[in-house]
Amino acid sequence: MAEVVFAYKNITKRFFGVHALNNVSFELERGKILGLVGENGAGKSTLMNILGGVLQPDEGEMFLSGEPYVPESPLDATCAGIEFIHQELNLFTNLSVAENISISSFPCIRRTPFIHRRAMQDSSRKLLQSLNLDISPNILVENLSPGERQLVEIAKALSTNADILLFDEPTTSLTANETENLFAIMRRLRDEGKSIIYISHILSDVQELVDDIVVLRDGQVMGGGPIADFPIHRMINLMVGREIDNVFPDRIPSIKDRVILSCEHVSETGMVRDINLSVREGEIVGMFGLMGSGRTEFARMLFGIDPYKEGSIVVDGEPLPKHNPQESIKRGLAFITENRREEGLLMDYPILENIGLVSLPDYSAAVTRLVDSKRLFKRADEVASSLRLKCNDLKNQKVKSLSGGNQQKVVIGKWLLKDPSLLIMDEPTRGIDVGAKYEVYLIMERLASEGTGILFISSEIEELMAMCDRIVVWSQGEVMREFRREDFSQERIMRIAFRQDIDYDMEEKVVVNGNE
Amino acid sequence: METNRLVKFVLKNSTAVLFVLIFIMFGLIAPRFFTAKNFQNIMSNASYIGIIAVGMTFVLLTGGIDLSVGSTMYLSAVVCGKLINEAGLPVFPAVMVSLLVGLMVGAVNAFAITRLRLVPFITTLITQTIARGFGLFITRSVAVNYPDSVTLMSTSKVLGFIPLQIFIFLMVVLLASIVLNRTRYGRQLYAVGNDLESAKKAGIKSDRLIASTYMISGLLAALGGFVTITQIGRVNAGFGSGDEFDAIAAAVLGGASLFGGIGTVFPGTVLGTVMIEMIQAGLVFANIDIYIQPIIMAAIIFSAVFIDSVRTTQIKKLERRNILKV
Repeated sequence: MAEVVFAYKNITKRFFGVHALNNVSFELERGKILGLVGENGAGKSTLMNILGGVLQPDEGEMFLSGEPYVPESPLDATCAGIEFIHQELNLFTNLSVAENISISSFPCIRRTPFIHRRAMQDSSRKLLQSLNLDISPNILVENLSPGERQLVEIAKALSTNADILLFDEPTTSLTANETENLFAIMRRLRDEGKSIIYISHILSDVQELVDDIVVLRDGQVMGGGPIADFPIHRMINLMVGREIDNVFPDRIPSIKDRVILSCEHVSETGMVRDINLSVREGEIVGMFGLMGSGRTEFARMLFGIDPYKEGSIVVDGEPLPKHNPQESIKRGLAFITENRREEGLLMDYPILENIGLVSLPDYSAAVTRLVDSKRLFKRADEVASSLRLKCNDLKNQKVKSLSGGNQQKVVIGKWLLKDPSLLIMDEPTRGIDVGAKYEVYLIMERLASEGTGILFISSEIEELMAMCDRIVVWSQGEVMREFRREDFSQERIMRIAFRQDIDYDMEEKVVVNGNE
Repeated sequence: METNRLVKFVLKNSTAVLFVLIFIMFGLIAPRFFTAKNFQNIMSNASYIGIIAVGMTFVLLTGGIDLSVGSTMYLSAVVCGKLINEAGLPVFPAVMVSLLVGLMVGAVNAFAITRLRLVPFITTLITQTIARGFGLFITRSVAVNYPDSVTLMSTSKVLGFIPLQIFIFLMVVLLASIVLNRTRYGRQLYAVGNDLESAKKAGIKSDRLIASTYMISGLLAALGGFVTITQIGRVNAGFGSGDEFDAIAAAVLGGASLFGGIGTVFPGTVLGTVMIEMIQAGLVFANIDIYIQPIIMAAIIFSAVFIDSVRTTQIKKLERRNILKV
């Protein structure tokens, strides 16, 4: 019989009379990884905030190694040996790695306020080594890659000798290799007797990593047990509460002849080389590649945010001026960026202001430039309902109170107000749940059938293969190959993205360029 | 590739490079600029602004600003003078009380900013007016004179060769550097300036830290005020007015960011302060019209701050990851 390290017992929490959690009970065993899955708004964060002492439950109890556990602040959780590794890192970029690791409790020389730097560096070095992270403890965090930063955050959590570790979507900013390394470390920590709760939307990762699973929906536990009993389709069914036969909607190709976008020989030093690309009316073109293969950088050049040295971009037969986003918007381009929080939304502003942001000039009176807010509201309301945006009050509700999927719909809505002819979507389904993903796909399908051209950047090959008419494969700033829908092959696309399947002539081209 | 590295070096050490350039420039214009006497004068003049700029650096590190330092100088100097002249207090206790006055003004700033949640800019703008108002109320805007026992201090030498004001400046710099680099308090201050929310999550008592910086700033402003009166022996109604600009400029020239989290006392703020004094001395040596001098001064500070803002984006560009295989 395995030892239970932590247990929720009949936890109930209400916000303004609405159940956020309803009678939730489950247990975490020593030396196990427990996966916690559920749609956004299912109650995962509330549950974790209760564990971390940020919120107090209305009813129910928690037990830590059999003893009642009643945390009143995050400090209580830390003292009890519970540490959190959040999606957003809490690191100080202007301090060294060692300082970040010991920020809450600097080792001091005897009773003086002076930091014992040797001790601090030694203990950090040990922690870094145990995580296979080969960096100096004295390096500033601002010089680290996102993956390295994630590991420093973990080192910080381990420095307190925590017994229970909670990982909340830790892989969103990691490359495939870094994710693998992180999983290996989590498995080792588990084998050393730590207990881990792992929250993620990437169900295949959950399946690969965890021992046990708990599925939440609408604040209730829908099921739980050993992962072997929960294949992905069962997880999804429990999460969504209805049978989802298809994760993707049917695509009915609706490509017209008119070319909306055509790029010729676009190059920029150190970023992209000789990019040729076209998108037709009603066509969805996917851009696949590893992180840092130049897709986002190219999208930014296309939209006019960043400059490029050579080549031309033609929209609707007319050349598009370089480095001029206003002009790009006027010409019918729209850009859904990959970080909706930082680049896509004003989180503290109401939904309406976000949706109207780009279109304000269109709703301004001719001479006075005053905004016709009635007309804007009417149009925003139409778009919101066509996107099935779940919200209470368009005018007053702040965007940050929405779930991830609904936030993404606000970003999409913002651009739909402009009736774009070309929509660039950079990782539009990242960090949103299965149900919301499906809705984003439906929106894409609808827009394409109405004639919008879509450039779809994604790192999830399954969704590209399901949604795209064509996939362009990127690697190290170059377009390696194009696939038409009838030629889609997951294996071949992956191999090309990893440069494992280069034809002889391409191989030669690489060598020639290398000698320049 | 080589030019790239050179450009990066210049950008990363722009304060030091600018320092050397200005130094050489004035040397070429006026050869008398390169004399030991002149350097000692520059250091002497730099010490009082330097002391205040050190306090300002603490405040800037948290992302705040302290506009009240000039008035704090005035009020504490007035209190010091009145205690010596009218209450007959010996110099040492009078100075202690005047430092306490500086600390009090800082405490008022700290209270308003961390408890009442007022914006630092407005808060210290208000205390600027209040502190000077108190000083004017006490003196009826009549100048205060100091006895010889005070003014003679400026000629005393520590260890026989370091003028007192330079010694005090160096001690303040040394102490502040140790506090910022070697203590828990100092490192947590950098953390607060970098990311306030994360600092709170890490259990750092951020309000207490922020409050302390305004008290340090007030205390050092009073100390700077005292160092000045030993040199000039007389305080009139305009004493210290506008010095907050020099103190902020010195810290920013030395690389401190107005957004917090970035900046050093040594070498940063020290270089910034000496640079300002050097420019002032250089303008005198170069026989520039005295009414034009402040304009040139401000123009140089403007360009230095401008270079600073440009360089951050340039450094980022140079350090941008290369996607293409070379």
